[in-house]
Amino acid sequence: MRRLVSFIAGSLFGTGLLISGMVDTAKVQGWLDVFGNWDPTLAFVMGGAIIPMAIAWAFTRGRKPAFGEAFPAPPEPKLGRNLVIGSTLFGMGWGLAGLCPGPAMASLTFNGLSGLVFLVAMAAGMWAAPPLKTKLEAAPQA
Amino acid sequence: MPIEWIYGLIGGALIGIAGAIFLLLNGRIMGASGILGSLADGTAGRQAGENIAFIAGLIAVPGALALLLGPVETNITPQLWVLITAGLLVGIGTRLANGCTSGHGVCGISRLSLRGIMATVFYILAGGVTVVLFKHILGVI
Repeated sequence: MRRLVSFIAGSLFGTGLLISGMVDTAKVQGWLDVFGNWDPTLAFVMGGAIIPMAIAWAFTRGRKPAFGEAFPAPPEPKLGRNLVIGSTLFGMGWGLAGLCPGPAMASLTFNGLSGLVFLVAMAAGMWAAPPLKTKLEAAPQA
Repeated sequence: MPIEWIYGLIGGALIGIAGAIFLLLNGRIMGASGILGSLADGTAGRQAGENIAFIAGLIAVPGALALLLGPVETNITPQLWVLITAGLLVGIGTRLANGCTSGHGVCGISRLSLRGIMATVFYILAGGVTVVLFKHILGVI
């Protein structure tokens, strides 16, 4: 059942990315490009997604997931260097190519060889990240 | 309101509904980088099967829709160095930060998570600076 739910969620997620135009790297770079021809579409996508999600979070209070043990624990209010450095590196890559992990997967079938090269490089980065993460966590605080 | 903005709102709502289903039924945060990354680095454990099912839907359904509805404009760069550098940065960065646009952005901001909000601030700032630098100053992308 959990696998079916996951498949349906992935399908809806992909459909949303396609309809919203977030598989178009020009739209993503257009949103980041405040000195160019700024494209606000991404803000509408974010807004549209956050509303149902906020309702879902409100619904989790005092309940249990239908096919799971418990809802995710509240996040720690702690940032840490992994979050700051990681998000900065992610943003640089996102700006360079106009792709983030969801759209990179959703557009795989119609993005040609370029899309495949990006996805393989991204998966390689994900595979290589854990040792770096441990090192950053262990390093003394500045 | 331009039609792209309306499509953005509708598509965004679908993304939010997908995240809501994943949370309310499976009890998990829908984060694309975590779902793929845990498979890439072998930490998915018992969730490997459902992660693969999620990715199967995420790849196959837009693919089928593109076949039905006609070609999709993606404007992806043909430059190999950009694709490889950007892919590595996105892969490493999202795993260090434990999330990307879907996990930190959509799921984190909607529960007012400080980590989600700050991650989003950092990747948007870094993305904006990168586009301005590489597009307008260096002119290479």
